[in-house]
Amino acid sequence: MSSALYVQLLYLVCGGLLLSAVLMLWRRQLSAIIGLLTVQGVLLAGLAALLGTRDGGVELYAVAVGVLLLKAGVLPAVLRRVLADSGAVRETQPLVNVPASLLAAALLTLLAYAVSRPLVDLDPSPTTHAVPVGMVMVLLGFFVLVTRRRALSQVAGFLLLDNGIAATAFLVTAGVPLVVELAVSMDLLLVVLVLQVLTARLQATFGVTDIDELRELRD
Amino acid sequence: MDALLIGLPLAAPLLAGVVAAASREPHRMTGWVTVAAAGTILTGGVWAAALTVHGDALTIGSVLRLDALSAVMLIVIGSVGVIATWASIGFVDAERASGEVRSVDLRRYTTLVPAFLAAMVLAVSANNLGVLWAAVEATTIVTAFLVGHRRSRGSVEAAWKYVIICSVGIALAYLGTILVYYAARQTSIPASGALDWNQLAAHAQELDSGVMRIAFALLVLGYGAKAGLIPLHSWLPDAHSQAPAPVSALMSGVLLPVAVYALIRYRVIAVDTLSPSLVRTLLLAMAIASLALATSLIIAQRDYKRLLAYSSIEHMGLVVIGLGIGTPLAIAASLLHILGHGLGKAVLFCGAGQVLVSERTTRIAGVRGLLARRPVLAATFGAGWLALLGLPPFSLFVSEVGLARAAAADGLVWVIAVALTLLVVIFVAVTVHLTPMILGTGTGTGTGTGTGTGTGTGTGTGTGPAAGETAAAGSTAPLVVGLLALAALGVVAWPLDQLLHSASLIGGTP
Repeated sequence: MSSALYVQLLYLVCGGLLLSAVLMLWRRQLSAIIGLLTVQGVLLAGLAALLGTRDGGVELYAVAVGVLLLKAGVLPAVLRRVLADSGAVRETQPLVNVPASLLAAALLTLLAYAVSRPLVDLDPSPTTHAVPVGMVMVLLGFFVLVTRRRALSQVAGFLLLDNGIAATAFLVTAGVPLVVELAVSMDLLLVVLVLQVLTARLQATFGVTDIDELRELRD
Repeated sequence: MDALLIGLPLAAPLLAGVVAAASREPHRMTGWVTVAAAGTILTGGVWAAALTVHGDALTIGSVLRLDALSAVMLIVIGSVGVIATWASIGFVDAERASGEVRSVDLRRYTTLVPAFLAAMVLAVSANNLGVLWAAVEATTIVTAFLVGHRRSRGSVEAAWKYVIICSVGIALAYLGTILVYYAARQTSIPASGALDWNQLAAHAQELDSGVMRIAFALLVLGYGAKAGLIPLHSWLPDAHSQAPAPVSALMSGVLLPVAVYALIRYRVIAVDTLSPSLVRTLLLAMAIASLALATSLIIAQRDYKRLLAYSSIEHMGLVVIGLGIGTPLAIAASLLHILGHGLGKAVLFCGAGQVLVSERTTRIAGVRGLLARRPVLAATFGAGWLALLGLPPFSLFVSEVGLARAAAADGLVWVIAVALTLLVVIFVAVTVHLTPMILGTGTGTGTGTGTGTGTGTGTGTGTGPAAGETAAAGSTAPLVVGLLALAALGVVAWPLDQLLHSASLIGGTP
């Protein structure tokens, strides 16, 4: 692959990741949010495969397949099951409304670019210039996590944050060593499964999956 | 030989977990197997200590590595683990006798406790920082269901907050780990060893300071969340008060220190890369803010399990003050403090669990005059608190004096002044809370907090004191053993001081 084509594809994928992250703030339909996470999973797998064609390593193709299975297959399937069980279709009342969220997204994007400057400076290349995209996703994931009130939205925010970290890892170092990658994916899968069980228990004990109802414990 | 020594403490709890999972009905035997596994961790730790005390290290490849610092942590995990799993036998008996818990849940409990131990052993044996991260995250996964064991509204809420806050916190630490890897790839470290702690520590000066500054901030925030430090501390009081007592003991006594241990490892790298004063300022600010927060919430606390939880934040604050000072003297004091706090908290949480069984309330105002009705339990509970408040002869007194000496040697007198003031306030507040609980008269006249609701206790327990006392006689044994160990450590530092010295040379920087 010519380097010009590689750079174009790289920026296309990163642009897609950024767009899907911002759209997660815009959409309040929970099924749409899960759909966006699936798209992100596909894009992340594409990113890994793209880096694989640049470096010519088999390892990255294996990682790409793994990412595709986990982030575009298994995790969205788990979330869909939670959605079907809970019956909550929409994020009813986020703490911050949609226009304000999008404004916040713009500010967080600027912040991410400012913070990532030392990361780009250490090893300037077309790939590392895209690192701020990963950082934006991390910050937006954090934002979703603190402003949304449905249990499922919080899980989605956590996954967005995690996708941001994965994107950053691919962009700065073409992924971490395989041992670590495996352990991390395993942990991620288990955390989401644990959260699935806990969501069911929330539903059973509180009757709702609204996090604001959690006010049993306080000083 | 190396493989055996590293593998044994890891394999023993895993095996115990398999045994517990395979036995259809949880009985005492599986409980004792878990105690034996914890004992194996302790033995392995002592053995590893004997081999690494002069600065050597045991390794399996580059992924697992035991040095003196790891050996200290293995001893902490093993000794706290023995007390907690021993007390756990009585807990499982009581749960089964109550008839309110399904045997599936009990089996899950007996399986997850040893798995929890194994994850912590892996964390302190890891040389690869990615594996360290994965092991710490694994503890979150394993303990999620232990916190949510009771399935009440409170425990489900605590489990949810715990998993969300800790997973997010630890995800930030993962981002930090990736950035460290990125920085390492730009140096002369070979790619295969770019996440190995010993390589990174040796080549720390080559790492880019701009990237490392972001990485270290993320790591402190992330592992700090797991250690219960500000700003991501809010899961801790909920999880510690809702989890079963032996699990609270393990979480407070070992899990928090394991997260601090990760910070000790990263601090060594960061000090050589960033300016030492930046590292010190960051750590001291977080530690003192956590200490102050714990103090303010201890003053107004009405629940004795939450009181213990905030006391954990207080003590982790003290330990991280030692990290902030960063000299070998301070690190040695911090490590001794970790061990002392672990033993003290194991005694207190397990004691609090028995107080809960006997009094059926976690409200401080609901427990009055415990000494008259449950003398052994009240005495161990009280003595445990005296130990945690830093009174001699217990080892926390020695470690707190050590921290003060280390701070004074580095000219950080203001740190001593602030920390000492807060500790005195905590001392007074806890004494005010506890005196009526232990010594007060049965009717709850106490200090007159205005809440006369806890009066029913005096009459309620009169019905079955004989059965209660006999059960207590068996189950206070682990607590007494823990207190004796704590006192012994405070009086004779002999077996440990050489080990702590070598460990502090690894974790400290002059």
